[in-house]
Amino acid sequence: MTDATIENAPYAFVRKETLPQESPPLSVAGPLAWIRANLFSGPVNSLMTLVCVYIVVTSVPDLVRFYLIDAVWSGANRDACLADKVGRPVGACWAYIADRFQYFIYGSYPIPQRWRVNIVFAMFALGIVWLLWDRMPLKKVGFFFFFVLLPISAYLLLLGGPAAEGFLRTLLILTFALMAIYLVLSFVPGLARFWIGPAFLAVEEALPPWKRFYRVKRLILLSLVVLGVIAILADSAGLPRVDTGLWGGMVVTFLISAVGIVFSLPLGVMLALGRRSRLPIIQFLSVVFIEFVRGVPLITVLFMANTMLPLFVPQEYSPDRLLRPLVGVALFAAAYMAEVIRGGLQAIPKGQYEGAMSLGLGYWSMMRLIILPQALRIVIPGIVNTFIGLFKDSTLVTIVGIFDFLRTIEATLVDPTWATPTTRATGYAFAAVFYFLCCWGMSRYSIAVEQRLAAGQRR
Amino acid sequence: MNTFLAAALAGAAMAVSVGGAQAQTGGLLATIKSKGVLTCGVGPGLAGFGIPDQAGNWTGLDVDLCRALSAAIFNDPTKIKFIPLSSKDRFTALQSGEVDLLSRTTTWTMSRDTSLGLNFAGVNYYDGQGFMVRKKLGVDSAIKLAGASICTEQGTTTELNVADYFRSNKLKYEVVAFASSVETIAAYESGRCDAYTTDSSGLYAQRLKLAVPADHIVLPDIISKEPLGPVVRHGDDNWFDVVKWTHNAMLNAEELGVTKANLDEMLKSENPEIKRLLGTEGKFGEAIGLTNDWAVRIIKHVGNYGESFERNVGMASQLKIARGLNALWTKGGLQYAAPIR
Repeated sequence: MTDATIENAPYAFVRKETLPQESPPLSVAGPLAWIRANLFSGPVNSLMTLVCVYIVVTSVPDLVRFYLIDAVWSGANRDACLADKVGRPVGACWAYIADRFQYFIYGSYPIPQRWRVNIVFAMFALGIVWLLWDRMPLKKVGFFFFFVLLPISAYLLLLGGPAAEGFLRTLLILTFALMAIYLVLSFVPGLARFWIGPAFLAVEEALPPWKRFYRVKRLILLSLVVLGVIAILADSAGLPRVDTGLWGGMVVTFLISAVGIVFSLPLGVMLALGRRSRLPIIQFLSVVFIEFVRGVPLITVLFMANTMLPLFVPQEYSPDRLLRPLVGVALFAAAYMAEVIRGGLQAIPKGQYEGAMSLGLGYWSMMRLIILPQALRIVIPGIVNTFIGLFKDSTLVTIVGIFDFLRTIEATLVDPTWATPTTRATGYAFAAVFYFLCCWGMSRYSIAVEQRLAAGQRR
Repeated sequence: MNTFLAAALAGAAMAVSVGGAQAQTGGLLATIKSKGVLTCGVGPGLAGFGIPDQAGNWTGLDVDLCRALSAAIFNDPTKIKFIPLSSKDRFTALQSGEVDLLSRTTTWTMSRDTSLGLNFAGVNYYDGQGFMVRKKLGVDSAIKLAGASICTEQGTTTELNVADYFRSNKLKYEVVAFASSVETIAAYESGRCDAYTTDSSGLYAQRLKLAVPADHIVLPDIISKEPLGPVVRHGDDNWFDVVKWTHNAMLNAEELGVTKANLDEMLKSENPEIKRLLGTEGKFGEAIGLTNDWAVRIIKHVGNYGESFERNVGMASQLKIARGLNALWTKGGLQYAAPIR
């Protein structure tokens, strides 16, 4: 008797070798399957796909022809974009955008002074990258740069004039004084015991002199460098005053949005905490402010600020025409921000508060370390939503006679130098691209932040 | 603190009781001189009248009046702060003292001149409502528009003026009204109606946006009166005089043939009228708080009225508007300045 093996069992059907791998069936993988799953997965979806394809097929070729193929890319005036002058059908008149591009960026800001705006733009870009890009080092220095140095520099450079130069001088003297104080402190750290506790002082004293207080010293050094460069520029090129009435274009759009975004978030946090406060007066004032501001349209706020306010305030004391909408927009956004953040605060379970309290944290430490980091993370979509809304609402300042980006485009549309049948379509297309890129960028960034912060929650 | 409060209260009271605000403090002219800048309310952008150019400098017929004032006061046409104002907020801005004068195609009407507390310092452009039609229609006068359909903007005086005109001439017509000027001109171009109507100065600017502007003509008829001019608020007669006579000086300069180019020769002229205008005789400038060479400054920096007109809206510009009603009275127009005497 022999043992039954695979080899000697002639009638058993046993596969002896592995079959070669076959590609998955067409209905499961590959482009056809993708189309089926994503475009034609059911009658409704199929219908919608067909409708969309129809829309794309009918509109895209015309759009491409108008904005790209038939477009005019260079020229000095309207003659370049007139069909009977160039002898062919004419689409978008990009030559007009090229001609007026500087105006769209700077508005009426005097041409010899525009380098000042460029410096502020560059600093703004640096600050944005520093804060928003994950891998940039020295985040705290970047924070100081963006929220303290940048606004001061923007004020000094953009406005200029004797007042700004006096301010710059004061700041420089102040910075030098601080520098001197900390230089002395580095060698005689004992002098600092008036405002530093003995435990922290002991840490500093253990370090060699040049490393003591380096956190403060690097901020002072950065301020000194930035202010010094501005002072050198002011000295060599001069910073004559450029009235805010001359500011316009993207400068104003970015200024309004940046001020609104930067001020509305902390203000909104304060208002949201105030509304949930157990102190009746604070709660009452917060509720009144939020409900009042949400109850009036932004246009009304702007109109009150720029048309009615001068009637009540004497000319000498009435604030600058650009400052008024800046304040209005920031307060307006703050009220909306407060409600968004309050939503986040309410989503934090009570256990978190109790846990924080049981650790012995006070109100502010509890909010700063436990509650707000969680609450703000939950409401990132809402916050960015408010930011995007604010960015687009900045165009409303046109009704009070401020030339923001969109208004500069509209102002050139009536100019006979470029009055052609296609100028309007070109101008608005350009505006659409600009606003889309800004809003889309904000939205993509917020999604990235959300994913980064939600790493702990991912299932 | 107390002085600040007192000043604030006094100022508020003055600003609320429209006008009179500047009269007590030595006049608006003195304030402008001490501030070193003239605040001029302009339109939010109207071709030929007030519009920022490629570099962002304001140009236009209305803007030139502000420049002339700045030249007369400071001998520099650039010491101006332009504040663009929409039709809605222009009068409030003027009344509250936010602008020193309004120079933005504002029609002189009785109610504005009286109950709004304003003063019109002259007419720097005689406008009126006109029609644009296709050339191939063969119409050369508005009276031949019987039975025509007319594109216009909703809820404007334009619409009412058309009704008045056709009713009083016993003509049949059909109004096709749209919400905005963009839709209106688009409808006219697509053939929705036979004629397009708006203020005649605007007609020329709109015509440039058509595909073939040469196929359309602007009819010579003007069916309404729209005298446009610079405005100041009640309560400061000296400032009112300064604005009025700046405009008059530009007109008189054209009438006497004084231009930017021949100013130096004209300064040696023996013509007594020119001598009075240019301040080589008499003290007319000092009488209104300026220097005696005020008109010289205006002409040197801005030019006379005719030069300003040609440069901004006339044949030297894209708009190519004929002088028409705005010609000097010596040439059959309405521009007639009181003499400097």
